[in-house]
Amino acid sequence: MKHNAIALLCGMLFGIGLSLSRMVNPNKVLNFLDITGNWDPSLIFVMLGALPVAMIGFKSILKRPAPILAQKFQFVRKLSVNTSLIVGASIFGVGWGMSGYCPGPAVTGLGLLSFESVVMVITIYLGFFTYNRIFKE
Amino acid sequence: MENFTPYSALAGGALIGISVTLLLLFNGRIAGISGIMNGVFQAPKNDIAWRLIFLAGLIFGAFIFHLYLPGFNSPREHYPLLLLGIGGFLVGFGARMANGCISGHGICGIAKLSMRSIIATLTFMASGMITVYIIRHSLELGL
Repeated sequence: MKHNAIALLCGMLFGIGLSLSRMVNPNKVLNFLDITGNWDPSLIFVMLGALPVAMIGFKSILKRPAPILAQKFQFVRKLSVNTSLIVGASIFGVGWGMSGYCPGPAVTGLGLLSFESVVMVITIYLGFFTYNRIFKE
Repeated sequence: MENFTPYSALAGGALIGISVTLLLLFNGRIAGISGIMNGVFQAPKNDIAWRLIFLAGLIFGAFIFHLYLPGFNSPREHYPLLLLGIGGFLVGFGARMANGCISGHGICGIAKLSMRSIIATLTFMASGMITVYIIRHSLELGL
């Protein structure tokens, strides 16, 4: 029960963070990616805001034997840099540049009652299902 | 530079940093949105509720923000549905293939100093920049 309350709190903080940083605005994202046009570097500042907090936090958390409300930390198994990482990230980037949305803002935009978000969430799931079907995950 | 907003970006980013830190500290989970989304249909039964609650929190957080500051982020309109739909599909497919998206690789992975995540994030950006260049400056669709 407690871990669900944490999930709600963290989801809300994340959603408010994406709203305050304006990353839920797809034009803002496209203007960041448009380095030869009217470039808007704001997205870099989102990372500059998030990374120091997360780096310091993660470093001290991972000294603990376990998280507070669970038995163990759950990470993706350690993988090396491989072809599917590069190809997958490249495909992702094309979709990101076409739409202006990555998964976080796509879901979060539902809170702004944005029609585009509905389209994005459905098609992102279609992409998940297609990948999972092809690679049998 | 158009509509550059460094302060709200920094503050919003810090909130995201706090969110991913708390989720790891309490629940031991990485706040990668594509992984959380995909797990709604893929994870074991006892591992699904928190995912739906987290995603509902994202929506609810943005809804409350929008309620108090309605003009801060207005939804985009009249963007070609085809670009959105194909874009969304590629985002979903690519995120699965790369094992993460901007949140999982760009924030959580880089915070762990994972080489995979650093390379993934740079690739997201390079590929996104090339795509926007083609759409805005080569095809001249007026977007």
